[in-house]
Amino acid sequence: MATVSKLNVNGSVRPINCDESVSLLSVLRDELDLTGSKYGCGEGQCGACTVWVDGLARRSCVLPVGAVRDKQVTTIEGLVKGEKLHPLQEAFLEEEAMQCAYCTSGMIMSGAALLRSNANPSEADIVTFMEGNVCRCGTHPRIIAAIRRAAKMMQGSPT
Amino acid sequence: MKTEIVETIPQEPERYELRETPTYRFEASRREFFKLLGSGLLVISALPNAQAVQESGTSKKPSSPDLLTDIAGWLHIGEGGTVSVFTGKAEMGQNIRTSLSQAVAEELHVRVDCIRMVMGDTQLTPFDMGTFGSRTTPVMNLQLRKVAAAALAALLDMAAAQWQVGHENLQAANGEIRHRETNRSISYAGLLKGREFTQTVPAEEKLTAPCSWKIAGQSTRKMDGRDFVTGKHRYPSDQKLPAMLHGKIVRQASFNASLVSADTGAAEKIPGVTVVRDGNFLGVTAADPATSARAANAIKVEWKSEPQLSNGGFLEALKKAARERAGGEPGYETGSVEDGLKNADHRLQQSYTVEYIAHAPLEPRAAVAEWSGENLTVWTGSQRPFGVRTELAEAFRIPESRVRVILPDTGSGYGGKHTGEAAIEAARLARAAKKPVKLVWTREEEFSWAYFRPGGLIEVTSGISKDGKITAWEFHNYNSGNAGIRSYYNIPNQRSVFHEVESPLRQGSYRGLAATANHFAREVHMNELAHAVGMDALEFRLKNLDNQRLRNVFTAGAEKFGWGKPKAANRGQGMGGGYEKLGNVATFVEVAVNPGTKVIKILRVVTAFECGAVVNPDGLRNQVEGANIMGLGGALFEAVQFENGRVLNGRFSKYRLPRFSDVPAIETVLLDRKDLRPVGAGEAPIVGIAPAISNAIFDAAGIRLRALPLLPGNMKLPPETGNKA
Repeated sequence: MATVSKLNVNGSVRPINCDESVSLLSVLRDELDLTGSKYGCGEGQCGACTVWVDGLARRSCVLPVGAVRDKQVTTIEGLVKGEKLHPLQEAFLEEEAMQCAYCTSGMIMSGAALLRSNANPSEADIVTFMEGNVCRCGTHPRIIAAIRRAAKMMQGSPT
Repeated sequence: MKTEIVETIPQEPERYELRETPTYRFEASRREFFKLLGSGLLVISALPNAQAVQESGTSKKPSSPDLLTDIAGWLHIGEGGTVSVFTGKAEMGQNIRTSLSQAVAEELHVRVDCIRMVMGDTQLTPFDMGTFGSRTTPVMNLQLRKVAAAALAALLDMAAAQWQVGHENLQAANGEIRHRETNRSISYAGLLKGREFTQTVPAEEKLTAPCSWKIAGQSTRKMDGRDFVTGKHRYPSDQKLPAMLHGKIVRQASFNASLVSADTGAAEKIPGVTVVRDGNFLGVTAADPATSARAANAIKVEWKSEPQLSNGGFLEALKKAARERAGGEPGYETGSVEDGLKNADHRLQQSYTVEYIAHAPLEPRAAVAEWSGENLTVWTGSQRPFGVRTELAEAFRIPESRVRVILPDTGSGYGGKHTGEAAIEAARLARAAKKPVKLVWTREEEFSWAYFRPGGLIEVTSGISKDGKITAWEFHNYNSGNAGIRSYYNIPNQRSVFHEVESPLRQGSYRGLAATANHFAREVHMNELAHAVGMDALEFRLKNLDNQRLRNVFTAGAEKFGWGKPKAANRGQGMGGGYEKLGNVATFVEVAVNPGTKVIKILRVVTAFECGAVVNPDGLRNQVEGANIMGLGGALFEAVQFENGRVLNGRFSKYRLPRFSDVPAIETVLLDRKDLRPVGAGEAPIVGIAPAISNAIFDAAGIRLRALPLLPGNMKLPPETGNKA
């Protein structure tokens, strides 16, 4: 079985020693102790594990680490620039868009990916894009409001 | 004269909320506290006896003055001014870390960010029976306010003594005490320097009235919010210890199966793997999750089990129990139902059903267990840390004093995490492997091996006069539970009975518990009665309802919703409401039916809610919105499919949860009763939405749906056979 020996995550190359079939989520959480990405279902149905691969939102629980060995992985831990939160992180706090917040990392990684491709999404755009992310506590209207707020905050500033 | 429902907190735990009586004996001395926390002021709240039984599990008198028992909560102000508040409650998204901090900050006159809540740690926090029943706000919030008020009184005494002045000109604000005449001031920290001062809370401590609140009553943001949006917060499943192994359990082939044989040879050959077999328990540990999963799969195992009921078989069992009126417990009865039916102009008998549903907390059960000699420490997610401690002590036959359970803020529970399965399993594996072990349940495991909200059958027989007065009401609930079983409408002749039926699945608590099923049956039946006498559903309810707080939410909700105004074609409107866990709720729903496809769309929801004085308005709105959205799932499409001891749809790809496209516009009307003490809000707001949707569908399409979930067929109306009213 082929192993993967390094992973480019949040801008730095980290040594790992994992079979290529192991999920990216497990590598992040269990090898690299980046526990911001969450396990929710293991079949790409809830979005709690969402990370970016080369800037696109991907479900890390169904992605073998072998598939990202030459890619750039960004997790929720990599979204903060120094002490400065990403506008969507700010917006989640402003809108109180969480309860237990276990889905929050995945919601923010998905929502921020949407804002990269669509700077001013409509409510319908947000619903369509976020449909694969589950919030069991039922904060959906607040998450939509947070994404819209972040879009306004980001207007005119480079993303 | 309108009557109010007397506001009492039930002393008896509800059916399904508790499985065992906790036996508890807390031992800690004043010395240990100061050793742990440093010098300063320690304030201890002792419970009045009746409540002590409920919240502290014991009413034993302290055997020595230094031994603290029957403690509700305590607070410590350190020399540095940090206020540490200790409670056994658990934070799982209800936002009580914030609302309890607000309560303490209000009474202690400090900024809310000076407060550090220490929660759900059996070594550090006082005993607590558990976080359920919407009790945190009516009980713990009140107790911690008293503790904080007593702390302030002690600080004022210290300042008065230090300055040799009277109390009347002393003022506390923002963590400081000021003497107005001499304009001297001193911080709490300054007053406490080098002291070890203990204070107990007097039985009657004067509290700030809600109308004068400055910190409580505000929409304070979630404490530590930044840790949640940056992924920094460590949930139970994120805990990590040095040299920790990862566990995996080999699950039974079906419920209640017993282990016949297990060939563990291949698994044991995998380097680093330990296999543990103990009775029916079979599990493995390895250095990483992939290896432990591989080892578990390599075990050839044979299980033996008896045939078990499927959904259909259970429904038949419920119907049989109903025919025989089997297993009834003495319930609530007044007047004569028989006379009331005899004197009625219309009589109506209907049956309503609810399916088993799953809590599906997004964080599944997880635990990290570590043994140090005979002492066990477990980090886990549970609503009952002390209950889990008892379970662990019993499972391993060790005293509770050797078990510590620590509860990091958890990825939700909704009544589904009262138990400590993962904690016990991780601890068993850790004992065998002689290293710390982490165990995180898969989603499939959570769907099958946790417990479910009970399914059930409800039969209602009623009588009504021509002018719309209910004359008789008989209500039988089979299996789903007795929470909220009693009608809050004024009916002279009533009988409500709960019947226990043998459950094919492991069943337990859920947000609102049986109140959701009982409100569904009651509030749909109310509309059926209104329809029978040709009355408007709101007018009919108000005609049969004296309770002023409930009338207030129905009328406030109706006004916001625009009840009675003309509506568009193919639209329907409905309502449902009631009283549960001291909260009053009325929910209004508008739906659209597509005349071609017969697909229903939920367009908007308005909920009016009243739970006394509001502690955190935005937090409360968040709870009401969340309850409605969670309630949508159980109302529309959630159902556990089971057959012969197995769950058939135990994954998110098969069990439909509410998603973004399911969520309608939701408006919340809060009735802030500053003249009433605050009560809980986590559960009550969920009960209105299912009947409101069913009633709106009848209004739109003329089809009466009496089974939850209402629209399991992808939101499409079922064929009209037998459903037409």
